[in-house]
Amino acid sequence: MALSSSHLLGLEGVPAEDITTILDTAKNLKTILDRPIPKVPTLRGITVVNLFFEPSTRTRISFELAEKRLSADTVNFSTSTSSVKKGETLKDTIRNIEAMKIDMVVVRHSAAGVPYFLTQCTDANIINAGDGRHEHPTQALLDMMSLRDKWGTLHGKRVAIIGDVRHSRVAGSNIRGLVTMGAEVMVCGPRTLIPPGIEELGAKVSYNVDEAIEWADALNILRIQLERQEKGLFPSIREYHAEYGITRERLERAKKELIIMHPGPINRGVELDSDVADSDASIILDQVTNGVAVRMAVLVLLSGMDSSQE
Amino acid sequence: MEVKVKATIIDAHGLERTLNRLAHEIVERNAGASNLAVIGIRTRGATLAERLVKKIEQIENKKAPLGILDITLYRDDFRRRLKQPTVQATEIPFNIDEMNVILVDDVLYTGRTSRAALDALMDLGRPASVQLAVLVDRGHRELPIQPDYVGKSIPTSIGEEVQVRLRENDNEDCVLLVEAPKEAE
Amino acid sequence: MLKEKAEKILLSGGEILDLQNGKRTKADILVHDGVIAKIGAVDRKGFDGIVHDISGNIVVPGLFDMHVHLREPGREDKETIASGSAAAMAGGFTAVACMPNTSPAIDKQEVVRFIKKKAEAELVDVYPVAAITKGRRGKEITEMAELVRSGAVAFYDDGSPVVDVSVMRNALEYASMFDAPIIDHCEEPDLARGGHINEGVMSTRLGIQGIPNAAESIQIARDIQLARLTGSRVHIAHLSTKEGVDLVRRAKEEGLDVTCEVTPHHLLFTDADLTTFDTNLKMNPPLRTAHDVAALEQGVKDGVIDVFASDHAPHTIEDKDVEFDAAPFGVIGLETMLGVILQQVVNRGVLPLHADLAKMCVAPRTLLNLPVPEIKEGEAANLTIVNPEATYLYDVNQSKSKSRNAPYHGMELPGKVYGVLNKGFIWTS
Repeated sequence: MALSSSHLLGLEGVPAEDITTILDTAKNLKTILDRPIPKVPTLRGITVVNLFFEPSTRTRISFELAEKRLSADTVNFSTSTSSVKKGETLKDTIRNIEAMKIDMVVVRHSAAGVPYFLTQCTDANIINAGDGRHEHPTQALLDMMSLRDKWGTLHGKRVAIIGDVRHSRVAGSNIRGLVTMGAEVMVCGPRTLIPPGIEELGAKVSYNVDEAIEWADALNILRIQLERQEKGLFPSIREYHAEYGITRERLERAKKELIIMHPGPINRGVELDSDVADSDASIILDQVTNGVAVRMAVLVLLSGMDSSQE
Repeated sequence: MEVKVKATIIDAHGLERTLNRLAHEIVERNAGASNLAVIGIRTRGATLAERLVKKIEQIENKKAPLGILDITLYRDDFRRRLKQPTVQATEIPFNIDEMNVILVDDVLYTGRTSRAALDALMDLGRPASVQLAVLVDRGHRELPIQPDYVGKSIPTSIGEEVQVRLRENDNEDCVLLVEAPKEAE
Repeated sequence: MLKEKAEKILLSGGEILDLQNGKRTKADILVHDGVIAKIGAVDRKGFDGIVHDISGNIVVPGLFDMHVHLREPGREDKETIASGSAAAMAGGFTAVACMPNTSPAIDKQEVVRFIKKKAEAELVDVYPVAAITKGRRGKEITEMAELVRSGAVAFYDDGSPVVDVSVMRNALEYASMFDAPIIDHCEEPDLARGGHINEGVMSTRLGIQGIPNAAESIQIARDIQLARLTGSRVHIAHLSTKEGVDLVRRAKEEGLDVTCEVTPHHLLFTDADLTTFDTNLKMNPPLRTAHDVAALEQGVKDGVIDVFASDHAPHTIEDKDVEFDAAPFGVIGLETMLGVILQQVVNRGVLPLHADLAKMCVAPRTLLNLPVPEIKEGEAANLTIVNPEATYLYDVNQSKSKSRNAPYHGMELPGKVYGVLNKGFIWTS
């Protein structure tokens, strides 16, 4: 099964067959992680550059592990060690790296559209590891993989994304991917954190978290950042927790089994209480394991694609 | 795509007989089935392995553990092919350490698949021995690999292909010599 | 091609288009030393000057673009008075008003004089627009009397609005003594902060901070209130929203002296064109929605919008060839404005040709208190010669501008410019 693109820039426009291929492949690759030697030689001789222009620990480690499990050679480039701060343009940076003969680039950047921009500058396969508040496709894929593991299918299931949807690339990719796979999506948060026109992507909107809990089969809870309060988007952490925090009491009132997800890192006691995060309903650690498998799948599937041929 | 069949090498009865013989040879060489594991290479090697396990059980009254090996991730032409591979799972739900592993494939040709399979096996553990069983050996080896058990050796030319058809996969049992389709892998 | 002295020139076979009523008159035009010597049939026998066969073309008074960034002084790597003038000629313009966000800003008479001096040798008339406030900082008004006397035609803190309402009020009152319009970049800065594109479905889809329509309309509403308070003239630069069109319409109905302009790019593109994060489509105000474009079109049709202006904003390749967030706002448009406007306005039946061209010729000059050239014997030849039906493929690499930040590359546009005449010169393409 061939993917329809040689890059993974986002989930917008990615057909259901591609998502299914990635999730199926990830499921098979996941078994490698439990082996005594959790490594296969598939990407031997392939050089992958992890270009991180924004601090990230989890995503970078997850990609790096995925690359190493597939025997790729990896190089890490992050802002602290880069020349970006000395005024080099992004284009020069990528051209310089490409001149060192690389095959794939995993990129994270604070500006939306950077992965697309890179496809215009290099022949390498580009994988988006998060661009601004635009997309974070591998996160959405691992979220979908975790849900599919639980449910067997995504079709007809209801996922509510709770929190700062406005600034969330995780929400951006999840909405697109889930809608493509036939799931229903609701976004829920204070109105100041819900972007205009989000319904156009296929998501319902609610400002009432109890309503979202009532409606949903799974909750994907986003990290709330303190700087949003400083910008006046919500009055206080206290009020946020009171109105939108996912607590045991809230869930018990719903009287049903809900799956709890969080892309991490969690602000315990703010958007999500500890007893919920660590409960049986939580699949947060499955998400982390699946993250490696999904990233392996994306790397394997894209490495078979020659982007210069397009 | 319709392929041109040049000859039937083994028919349904022949296939049954061949597998019976192979099962006997395996049991004899390994003095029973006590430390034996049978692992087939996807797709038809796995089917043959499943049949061999049943036949060995009939002979020895003991079921050898059965495994399926997917070697896609170990192929040496992975990056060269433009089409993306389908990665399927390896299903070996037992420890292969100190086992006598019978590695089963349908056709032995260049030896590259067997090489990949050996690498894949070694990543899973340290078997006491690995023995290679193939239904057809068609020659043209590119690597120093020889089978331990052969159903039938058939001299072929490069422009030909050996097609193993099995009930479970193809609704019939036979081995055909066909004209190689263009763009063959 | 370089410009030449228009010593003895015969423009043969063209049609003179009257921008007041659309009347076309087929006539030869004889130009002697930059002056129209004769209009009508001219006997070629014995004529020893240069004959230009311009059949198929129309002749109109030289076109005027009142919103151009020439970048000189300060950013001569992006554009100069010479290169900007060359682009203007190629686009069919004989006059431009240049914007004060230079370095130093046009906030002192010396800068106005510098520009006028530099532009003397050009075919194109360059009219500096001076800053409203010193250093464009929005605090103290500039020496407007002296600036007007030295040649400034209007006041504008281009690129940034005058935020302080009392400063804006003072500027309006002070400038009214010279009948000089105050131009405003209408953008409420707090609402627009951090935005790169229009706020709406596209900003959500692309994950880019948006600038809401209200950022423009709040400021326009304020300026209209001030126009009412002061009785002074306000010109709204690059109108982009439906709300803005509605506000200006009501102000005009009320009889206030409020005028406005629209750019070709705001009539041609919408934010839906941003899917490839093309920084050549990043401008301020941002591209809006089809809904807004329809309202702008209606505004053009019913006269709410007075002027077409390019907001020609050159930026270097290295400035624009970066991630979207990091790219500066602005596109070049001097060469393509006529074509895009013809395509969007005339070819789509919004306005007839003469009324369309009047908004790039008569209207801006009237607004800036400048005489409108006439095509009459004895008058100086200030002419644009263009075939409005003939199309051409726009190649940005052939641009006369020093910059390349045009979203029009590869587009087929109508309005092939034959040439322009002004100040005793002729330039032909």
